[in-house]
Amino acid sequence: MAYLFQQALNALQLGSIYALIALGYTMVYGILTMINFAHGDLFMVGAFFCFLLAVYLKLSFVPTLLFTILGVAMLGVVIERLAYKPLRNAPRVSAIITALGVGLFLENFTLALSPYPKHIPALIEHTTWTIGTVSISSLQILIIVLSLVLMLILDFIVQRTKAGMAMRAISWDKTIVPLMGVPVNKIISLTFAIGTGLGGAAGMMYGLAYPVIDPYMGIMVGWKAFISAVVGGIGNIRGAMIGGFILGAVEIMVAAFFPSTYRDFVAFTMLFILLIVRPYGILGKPHPQKV
Amino acid sequence: MSSFKAAYHTLLAHWHMLTGYKLFWPVFMIAGLAFCVAVDTYGFMDLYLQLILIYVGINIILTVSLNLINGYMGEFSVGHAGFMAVGAYVASLLTVHSFPAGAQNMLFPLAILAGGLGAAFVGFLVAIPSFKTRGDYLAIVTLAFCMIVKSVLENIDAVGGPRGLLGMEKLTSLPWVFFWTALSVWVIRNLVYSNFRRGVLSIREDEIASDLMSVNTRQVKIIAFVVSSFFAGIAGGLFAHALQFINPRMFDILKSTDILIMVYLGGIASISGSIIGAVIYTILLEILRPLGVWRMVFMPLTLVLLMIYRPRGIMGMKEARLFTPLRDITTEKLWRQKKKEAPDASA
Repeated sequence: MAYLFQQALNALQLGSIYALIALGYTMVYGILTMINFAHGDLFMVGAFFCFLLAVYLKLSFVPTLLFTILGVAMLGVVIERLAYKPLRNAPRVSAIITALGVGLFLENFTLALSPYPKHIPALIEHTTWTIGTVSISSLQILIIVLSLVLMLILDFIVQRTKAGMAMRAISWDKTIVPLMGVPVNKIISLTFAIGTGLGGAAGMMYGLAYPVIDPYMGIMVGWKAFISAVVGGIGNIRGAMIGGFILGAVEIMVAAFFPSTYRDFVAFTMLFILLIVRPYGILGKPHPQKV
Repeated sequence: MSSFKAAYHTLLAHWHMLTGYKLFWPVFMIAGLAFCVAVDTYGFMDLYLQLILIYVGINIILTVSLNLINGYMGEFSVGHAGFMAVGAYVASLLTVHSFPAGAQNMLFPLAILAGGLGAAFVGFLVAIPSFKTRGDYLAIVTLAFCMIVKSVLENIDAVGGPRGLLGMEKLTSLPWVFFWTALSVWVIRNLVYSNFRRGVLSIREDEIASDLMSVNTRQVKIIAFVVSSFFAGIAGGLFAHALQFINPRMFDILKSTDILIMVYLGGIASISGSIIGAVIYTILLEILRPLGVWRMVFMPLTLVLLMIYRPRGIMGMKEARLFTPLRDITTEKLWRQKKKEAPDASA
């Protein structure tokens, strides 16, 4: 029982990181109907920003987090402006390939600058409480609470503010909304900023939880987060959160009871089956094609 | 500039005259095969250059076969490396474990064929979800498939697990690569100019409409996926026996992206484009080798710029006369003539 509880805590930690990244995928998809395959690599860039700020500028936890989010958000906006905006009216496939290209570029550029894996220093003090046989570290609590806070802030922005209303409107109908005076380009940039900023924050937390970072770390985690977004119903923000926690739980439980090499297999098989049975995800709505 | 243009046009005219001869293809094939056999037996070519030529051939097979799905059928498959992995593992297991040591050279084509058939079977399985899902979601399905293949291979200890598979002899020689490349180009070229072309193109333009026009979309999709994955498997088998070592990590999403770059660089829905794309990309990567890691920075950058400024690639939706059937050329000529005579009639 204690073992199960311990694993549930780990699942919550991993799930909250997946959920944060999945939010970026789902927000961009909701507003542009485009899968931003470079998002996993922006997550990696977040971890590297955190490394730079913590090691070279010797910043403490809170400023590091803020600057990481800010830096990655700016990078996301720049990528959107330079690479995705010229393709907004191009065939969908062009946009997907561009996103794959941007992702590869980020990976290899980081690899060219820093060929060896880096180690992120512990930015907060580690304390571990033991209740019975279950041990809880302060880092775990921090990651879970911080992710939940960020998600609540996001939910507030999307549901309660004017910008959030504009986002939802654009994802509802792209042709009418600009005629109503909604500044579409600004809103898209804002969406990218928020989505990639959350990804950057997730990168930093991942780096704190599993301290060795390398340029290719974003590929697998990015795909996993993407699976979470699809499981929850891509384009649906609450779905992405739920999907992240589901995938985290599934992965940790598979690793807890089977050999851990089956983790990826189970995750991708889950995606495969889900796409065949319920392609619009748990919270998504089916889009029947009209002729 | 104008003299350059004139020279280009005279060259083009000569080229068209040359390719117009009925004997062009047979002579070209025999000469190419003779050249490859000569290089293989007398070895007057650098081994490194030979290896590059082998990779060029393998990449042409991969690109042409992926173009069938991504270019002609307009679906977006990113799982090509997965099919390649299946072919590579099936062929290598046969040559390493099943075939007697003496007869390796004789049985090599069988191993490659078996790899292709194995991949074709898996391609058939992947075609089934494509009935219901399309677009982005089909891309994700093929991607998930690629990842599943990789992690299954990593978890089977009998095929070496994550360490990979060793012990293949170097059986891939230039003549064999030439043969399989020519075969794949020939089959796919004939396929896309057969009646099948109408079905496949109609799926690309509008799947629902083509379904209503009684195109058997399921059959067309199955054929496209099976043929495409068959040749990917063959390329995988050749690749394994050229490198003499495979591991699951070679066939991940990066490999798929490589093939995608070649397809979209050369141009979608074009056989000649695929060949040009594969040749340019493979040779460019070798030329840029001194740049080290930075070469992998420039490649994706090229892809992004290509997508922004020329999203259909070098030969996008166009075909060299070499691969176009004669009746298409004459039809187009007649159409142009008619248009010249009566420009106001909307032809």
